[in-house]
Amino acid sequence: MNAGAAKALTSSSHFALFGLPEAFSLDLEMLEKAYRGIQSQVHPDRFAHAGDAERRASLQWTTRVNEAYRSLKNPVQRARHLLELHGVDVAFETNTAMPPEFLVQQMELRETLEEAKDSAALDGLRASLVGEKRSMEKAIAEAIDARKDYKGAADLVRKLQFLHRLDEEIDEAYEALD
Amino acid sequence: MALLQISEPGQSPAPHEHRLAVGIDLGTTNSLVATVRSGVATVLPDANGRPLLPSVVRYLADGRTEVGYAAQARQAEDPKNTIASVKRFMGRGLKDVAHVESTPYDFVDAPGMVQIRTVAGVKSPVEVSSEILKVLRQRAELSLQGTISGVVITVPAYFDDAQRQATKDAGRLAGLNVLRLLNEPTAAAIAYGLENAAEGLYAVYDLGGGTFDISILKLSKGLFEVVATSGDSMLGGDDFDQRLFCWAVEKAKLPPLNARDMRLLQVRSRDAKEALTFHSESKIIAKLSSGDLVDLSIDTETFCSITQTLVNKTLGPVRKTLRDAGLTVDDVKGVVMVGGATRMPQVQRAVGEFFRRDPLNNLDPDKVVALGAAMQANVLAGNKPQGEDWLLLDVIPLSLGIETMGGLAEKIIPRNTTIPAARAQEFTTFKDGQSGMSFHVVQGERELVADCRSLARFELKGIPPMVAGAARVRVTFQVDADGLLSVSAKEGTSGVEASVTVKPSYGLADADIERMLRDSVEHAKGDVTARALTEQRVDGQRLLEATRTALQADAALLSPDEVKQIEAAMAALEKLLGGTDHRAIKKAADALNKATEDFAARRMDAGIRRALAGRKIGSL
Repeated sequence: MNAGAAKALTSSSHFALFGLPEAFSLDLEMLEKAYRGIQSQVHPDRFAHAGDAERRASLQWTTRVNEAYRSLKNPVQRARHLLELHGVDVAFETNTAMPPEFLVQQMELRETLEEAKDSAALDGLRASLVGEKRSMEKAIAEAIDARKDYKGAADLVRKLQFLHRLDEEIDEAYEALD
Repeated sequence: MALLQISEPGQSPAPHEHRLAVGIDLGTTNSLVATVRSGVATVLPDANGRPLLPSVVRYLADGRTEVGYAAQARQAEDPKNTIASVKRFMGRGLKDVAHVESTPYDFVDAPGMVQIRTVAGVKSPVEVSSEILKVLRQRAELSLQGTISGVVITVPAYFDDAQRQATKDAGRLAGLNVLRLLNEPTAAAIAYGLENAAEGLYAVYDLGGGTFDISILKLSKGLFEVVATSGDSMLGGDDFDQRLFCWAVEKAKLPPLNARDMRLLQVRSRDAKEALTFHSESKIIAKLSSGDLVDLSIDTETFCSITQTLVNKTLGPVRKTLRDAGLTVDDVKGVVMVGGATRMPQVQRAVGEFFRRDPLNNLDPDKVVALGAAMQANVLAGNKPQGEDWLLLDVIPLSLGIETMGGLAEKIIPRNTTIPAARAQEFTTFKDGQSGMSFHVVQGERELVADCRSLARFELKGIPPMVAGAARVRVTFQVDADGLLSVSAKEGTSGVEASVTVKPSYGLADADIERMLRDSVEHAKGDVTARALTEQRVDGQRLLEATRTALQADAALLSPDEVKQIEAAMAALEKLLGGTDHRAIKKAADALNKATEDFAARRMDAGIRRALAGRKIGSL
């Protein structure tokens, strides 16, 4: 049997589960392929007629694979998981210290959101957020993959998390319009 | 010289016997049963060649029931005992039921789910639905000449946990082995996708008799992946009938109607609605019990204008699901129309205008869900070899959460999460020395618990005395492949583990189902034991067959001793299967399940290894 696969089963690393290198820059196509490959082996639909033991094992595995896939697809979760693997806690809940200029920018974005009264305004805000998120992700990739600066990356991940929260608030604003 | 054949690891060399599996569309207005025969999905008609079974059940004083067309014909004559659109009441309390004032039924407000008083006693919606399922089961067994090994029952994608559980209970009550609950738009996507070899992003717009669903799926070869879903489980063709009925009452200036007149006028309103699909004008004519004659004309334009709000109401969820999927209208390659109510021209027009493309109508909107369910049942029964089958990834439609301080709902698993899924959240105590915590499990998108659907309440007791905030109670939500939830809670810090697991049940416990089975006419002749024996035998056989297949494929994962242990457990079960002690069979089956636990886990691991190894070779 192949050594990588053995590691996948014993490790808590989502990357190892899918046989992927532990890096923030991720080949999403490879991830999807690995996900589909594993799901086709463990999914409950394969065991609908099997005994209780196999059905239970299938449910547990599929649940884990779904969770790992969901985490890796989301840049904030992916970075958080990587940092955890390197012993760094992102501490979303406890560490809320941010550089003043970032906070000012965030407050301005939120003011724009509150003033947005139609879907065109929300569309505009969302479009501007896409660029922000992309450059933040690029910075995180450099910090983690190139410089291995995990502590420094944690600050960037917290900033990215801020942007994602704003994204969710935009969703809520759209819903309020409907 | 003959070549020796070696099968691929994990695949059984001998094709197993074909299992009879059917798909059932348990609809608000009509229900259908379909199966795959010689590779082709077909709807099974009744003895008179009619494919649909009207979802109408009439209870008679002598305990007999009439189901389908016969019951439908008596609606106006016997409205209190003739239950139509029972799907609207599944998993619902009395306060959730819309238009109570214009239904003729004698409702009984029961905890969890509303019940209906009939001449044959008080009936739960689960019992009424099981009558429909029983007729479909008989139809399938007669037509396929054998016992049905498993069924897939479809539910609206937007059904919540209570409604799903009620549907599964109805299946059990009808004596069916429910392999899976399948979302209706997903079933339609399977049928459409396979028929047309469709690839890319598709929307399924499903306006049925009583429910509305919109799902967006990513279709590719061998994979159906639901990206996002939304809907309204209280909106459907029935509401269009209702609008027309109200219009007629107002137009004809009718006084409050009795149950018979109300039902008659509702039936005539529906007929007029259906006629308006093909004609620009239609009539509502009804002779009331007072002798007065209602004679009204309605044209398409009026009908469109009085139902405009209903059509618009479907577009909110459509926008929401696009947003959840992170897509725009231009990303969607096609819109598949499902459900009889999509025949209405104003619905077709609104959907076409919204998506800026003609909706796809090339499958019969009444049958497509049952056909897709039959195809999925065929795969779940294992009748399709690996490689020719497909993977189906679905999501939960509504967020699941827990009540926190101040009546707020904390989301644990957000909507559109791929299932099966599990998520845990830690909670702590509020007071020093607090020894118990009560939890309230809710489903819905609203921030206030009062606006969400309450699924279950439970208590964790025996937390050792600690200062406030020191306890760590981990609450885990697990959603299975049917979209059904179970919740467990556990206190960890002190090393003392208090743990509790709940499955929301909505007033129907396992014991209730057993009692109903006992009470039902079909089993009144003291054959409860016989039925239990048959069920245990079928389950035991199934388990033996599954274990045999597993050993054949993967015995190499076990030591000779381990193989011997499993074989001993198999032999014990096999021996008892011939006997008549259903409890002993159950015990032996449980023992075999226990003996194969480790083996099952190792087989999963091996499967993952194969998947990873295959990919590595493939990517070289």
